[in-house]
Amino acid sequence: MEDKLEILRLLEENGRMDVPTIAKMVDKSEEDVQAIINKLEKEKIILSYAAVVDWSKVNDREGVTAMIDVKVTPQRGVGFDEVAERIYRFPEVKALYLVSGAYDLSVVIDGNTMSEIASFVSEKLSALDSVISTTTHFRLKTYKHDGVVFDDEDDDDKRIVVSP
Amino acid sequence: MTISSIKQTERLSQAVQKIRPSGIRRFFDMASTMEDVISLGVGEPDFVTPWNVREASIASMERGFTAYTANPGVIELREEIASYLDKQFSTLYNPESEIIVTVGASEAIDIAIRATVNPGEEVIVIEPGFVAYAPIVSLAGGVPVPIGTKKENEFKITKEELEAAITPNTKAVMLSFPNNPTGAVMAKEDLLPIAEVIEKHNLLVLSDEIYAELSYDNKHYSFANLPAMRDRTILISGFSKAFAMTGWRIGFVCAPQDIAQAMLKIHQYTMMCASSLAQYGALEALQNGREQVERMVTSYRQRRNFIVKAFSEIGLPCHLPGGAFYAFPSIEQTGMSSETFAEALLKEEKVAVVPGDVFGEGGENHIRCSYATSMDSLQTAIERIGRFLKKHR
Repeated sequence: MEDKLEILRLLEENGRMDVPTIAKMVDKSEEDVQAIINKLEKEKIILSYAAVVDWSKVNDREGVTAMIDVKVTPQRGVGFDEVAERIYRFPEVKALYLVSGAYDLSVVIDGNTMSEIASFVSEKLSALDSVISTTTHFRLKTYKHDGVVFDDEDDDDKRIVVSP
Repeated sequence: MTISSIKQTERLSQAVQKIRPSGIRRFFDMASTMEDVISLGVGEPDFVTPWNVREASIASMERGFTAYTANPGVIELREEIASYLDKQFSTLYNPESEIIVTVGASEAIDIAIRATVNPGEEVIVIEPGFVAYAPIVSLAGGVPVPIGTKKENEFKITKEELEAAITPNTKAVMLSFPNNPTGAVMAKEDLLPIAEVIEKHNLLVLSDEIYAELSYDNKHYSFANLPAMRDRTILISGFSKAFAMTGWRIGFVCAPQDIAQAMLKIHQYTMMCASSLAQYGALEALQNGREQVERMVTSYRQRRNFIVKAFSEIGLPCHLPGGAFYAFPSIEQTGMSSETFAEALLKEEKVAVVPGDVFGEGGENHIRCSYATSMDSLQTAIERIGRFLKKHR
């Protein structure tokens, strides 16, 4: 169990870390580590390996991200799950959470332009029967994403090269 | 006679003239002029101080805590140090009279020596060891007596070695485990025979336990906890290593009341008190820093495991260091001195390590490699050292 957690934390921090390196770090054989990772993937505990990208630094590819608060009417028997599925199936939906508080669903959506997002909200999201209202917030700047601080000054090694 | 016409040998004290410049300094000068150097030569954490600690220190200034504090440190901090030591290491000290907050563990070493050692008295120093012990003893008029620990003993000190170094002039023994640069640790059963010798010869122990939290296989055992040793021990520690606070210069020293009050005299006339903003940072570190310490320790442990195995894969024999963040592999097989090895490695492969001989007796034929650096840097360093070893086989 401890090994499993340790491997998960290492991969969560750096999805590209290879098996020989992990094996040395957690003091296990490469075969054992590979078996643990295979099992984690099979159980869908590890779902995918991805890079955190700062798109604002890629010319003409910055795009637009919006966080949309959605109020819906839950349906008998399935609660929020059915309407949630109808929303997350859209490829432009980056994340979807059921939340407590003033609204029910929090939708994160990526698009190329603001008008693209506006039309998604008016034509697709609001068109769903159970959606009562939406409030759209456009992201202006990313400071931190998935635990990674963008342009982190702490990342620069400020130590002197040799010290006692 | 004007000052400038005084010969240099006359204007400087004899004590300071006797002290040789640190061997580390030369490597620093060499490495700092080169570009793209991967440094395994850094004796400090690669983490920046946790944000809550930085924030608490900023807040202390905003609230106007900018005055002198009590000489031994703000009482809230001393109380937290007392409960921290009790909780983590089961050592008990009275925050009112037995704990002094110092300007790093370095000041603690200095006032501990100055408060206890008379001119001509000998202080046994464990080597390879931190480079400051012997010079501090000399500056206080004492005589440092090194004991070189051995690889075959996992760089622990033995009862026999200690007995052999004791003379009628011996006053104290400076212990430093977990050790910089060897990473050696001493468990309770290793320390018990040492304590017997200390008691038999009526000696004091200055125990530098700055790396105590960075113990990877077993919990650190404090020397002061051994039978009858609390009254003979000066415990030195601080925030630099475990809490990643090197630049803050904040540490502490604990001792029985008579010694603590003697140290306090020196501290109050030389330092007055440790920096107030560092003290408020340290307070936050103790109150809310546990999770961060554990996160950092786990990361050091993983990197230790990595570097020791990677060294053995490229043919560099290295014992498993139980603590601190240094690997201390042997380079004997290359036939080079540690200084030649480190210099050639720096010039040919741009990897900075510290030659073992600068840490004193027993350090020759080894290099100190700090693994407190990113995994990417460690992996590149291993590749380069591997290539270097092949070339010089």
